[in-house]
Amino acid sequence: MNIVVCVKRVPDSSARIKVGADNRTIDPAGVEYVLNPYDEFAVEEALKIKEKAGAGEVTILALGGPESAETIRKGLAMGADKGIHLKEGTTGRDFIATAQAIAAELKGRPLDLLLFGNKAIDDDGTQVAAMVATLLGLPFVGVITKLELNGRTATAHRPVEGGVEVVEVALPASFSAQKGLNEPRFASLKGIMAAKKKPLEEKPAAAGEPRMELVKLDNPPARPAPRIVGTGKDAVPALMKLLREEAKVI
Amino acid sequence: MPGPVLVFVEQRDGKFKRASYEALSEGRRLATALGVPLHAVTVGAGIADAAKEFAHYGADAIKVADHAKLQTYANAAWARVIAKQGAGASAILITASALGKDLAGHVAGMLGTSVAQDCTELHVEGGRILAKRPVYAGKAYATVAVKAGPLLATLRPNVFKAAAPDASRSVEVENLPIDAQDADFRAVVKEILASASKKIELTEAKVIVSGGRGMKGPENWGLITDLAAAFGGAHGASRAVVDAGWRPHEEQVGQTGKTVSPTLYVACGISGAIQHLAGMSSSKFIVAINKDPDAPIFKIANYGIVGDVFEILPVLTAEVKKLRE
Ligand SMILES: Cc1cc2nc3c(=O)[nH]c(=O)nc-3n(C[C@H](O)[C@H](O)[C@H](O)COP(=O)(O)OP(=O)(O)OC[C@H]3O[C@@H](n4cnc5c(N)ncnc54)[C@H](O)[C@@H]3O)c2cc1C
Ligand SMILES: Nc1ncnc2c1ncn2[C@@H]1O[C@H](COP(=O)(O)O)[C@@H](O)[C@H]1O
Repeated sequence: MNIVVCVKRVPDSSARIKVGADNRTIDPAGVEYVLNPYDEFAVEEALKIKEKAGAGEVTILALGGPESAETIRKGLAMGADKGIHLKEGTTGRDFIATAQAIAAELKGRPLDLLLFGNKAIDDDGTQVAAMVATLLGLPFVGVITKLELNGRTATAHRPVEGGVEVVEVALPASFSAQKGLNEPRFASLKGIMAAKKKPLEEKPAAAGEPRMELVKLDNPPARPAPRIVGTGKDAVPALMKLLREEAKVI
Repeated sequence: MPGPVLVFVEQRDGKFKRASYEALSEGRRLATALGVPLHAVTVGAGIADAAKEFAHYGADAIKVADHAKLQTYANAAWARVIAKQGAGASAILITASALGKDLAGHVAGMLGTSVAQDCTELHVEGGRILAKRPVYAGKAYATVAVKAGPLLATLRPNVFKAAAPDASRSVEVENLPIDAQDADFRAVVKEILASASKKIELTEAKVIVSGGRGMKGPENWGLITDLAAAFGGAHGASRAVVDAGWRPHEEQVGQTGKTVSPTLYVACGISGAIQHLAGMSSSKFIVAINKDPDAPIFKIANYGIVGDVFEILPVLTAEVKKLRE
């Protein structure tokens, strides 16, 4: 069982994001970077599948600058076997160019399962997974909360409006992980030490053809000044009046 | 000659989504600004007749891929229809529903372009379409454009205004041949485990009432669902609540849950952690009920009440019910 998990390095979810002076990038001051939380679910699922099968190999793949090596090591520390770092030369790569470089790397590799996060919490792109699957001609099931393998058949749960779809697909196949799929393990000290010696292959990312251009980045529109209407249930009539007359939502 | 604006109209069980009318209306506005026609396309089974009404929202052409095999969502097969119709378009607009976002990723892969997901604003400037969308879960907003080919965008529900339908307009419905290949149906939906209740989708609700750890336990959720029902809205939860197993994952609002922008968001017993705010701070009006006057949620609430949710919610629900009856 060959499993590849694509991961991205993103600002921690608790980071305060401020737009930089160039109006194109974020101010890096005080921002900590982590393995994208959705990708953690994907790594965990890969490890669980390998453990259950008692055989196989889990490869962590990331495209990004030099710091992405750290992100890959996090996956290795959780228990993955090896890493591939597609090193980014220039910036300005859009989603499709990212997907093209990942697909170029994976094309022709033996692969049974390809796992992604549902979205990267920096650009909130929610597309690279479906794109890579399309480019590789792999069937894809997005936003899954359960994955079961039975020989060469995978059954996934995919929450949709008003229910959960139970989707069946033959391997090789690709999936994107949603919260609820599992509880990602913490890397143990032993895991962290072991990760340092695991193979991490580094190579330049293939060029892609960016189509989307960032015109500018803005801070979110300011919210109106907050107001405390009152205390306890006695404040309810005043709130109702505001909802009716000012907000006009009732 | 620039191509048409193409809008994908989403249906479920043969019913078209309200948010799709918002997308059609926005598509009409863009098409007029660009001086190009508006095309509407939909995919499903037994829907061709109903699709006639897209003309009421300004469609100049209506295209329908109507086939038993397309009855339920099959990502690659549905995407192939849209990719083919949209290849020469100026813009392809899709609703930013769960289905729409998934679909857009596949269309993009087929057309070799990127998606501007979850847009909150579109406008034409110097003949070019600019799309504004939240990034970092709304902690910043990116304005993007494409260098070539169609701008593929998904539109956040509830943000764009649906125009009043004009029943006097009519257009012939064109039936599309089905180009899907067998490989497009490799992922097969075996069954759908239905939720007990038919809920309003969080991302499309106009009013959302959410509960946090301050609700003390799942047994108290009636207070949240009653208020949500009184408003005719949906209900959500903080991650603390979801992680504790009080509520299902699909109700989580925030950076690693759903990003929502209803007209009214009522946060009950939610502290307002940055990850929660990321998912709901673009709501038009925010009401916070929390017993801690220093809770961060009050910093972004239009209206705050300091106090006990158990005392306040029943009174508020009764008042809302009285007004809406
Ligand atoms: C990677 C990551 C991702 C995350 N993603 C999300 C996300 O998507 N969504 C999310 O919500 N969180 C997310 N979080 C968690 C977030 O940091 C907070 O822990 C969480 O939002 C807290 O939930 P809460 O407000 O319900 O609970 P608490 O912070 O415990 O707040 C409970 C509040 O209830 C109030 N209260 C208590 N009793 C009463 C009462 N009787 N009446 C009125 N008020 C009362 C208290 O004053 C308090 O303010 C994430 C965290 C991480 C690390
Ligand atoms: N630069 C990258 N390197 C590796 N994987 C990525 C990269 N960008 C996105 N992905 C994968 O694609 C998923 C969806 O990302 P996105 O479409 O950008 O929201 C992520 O959760 C990752 O699994």
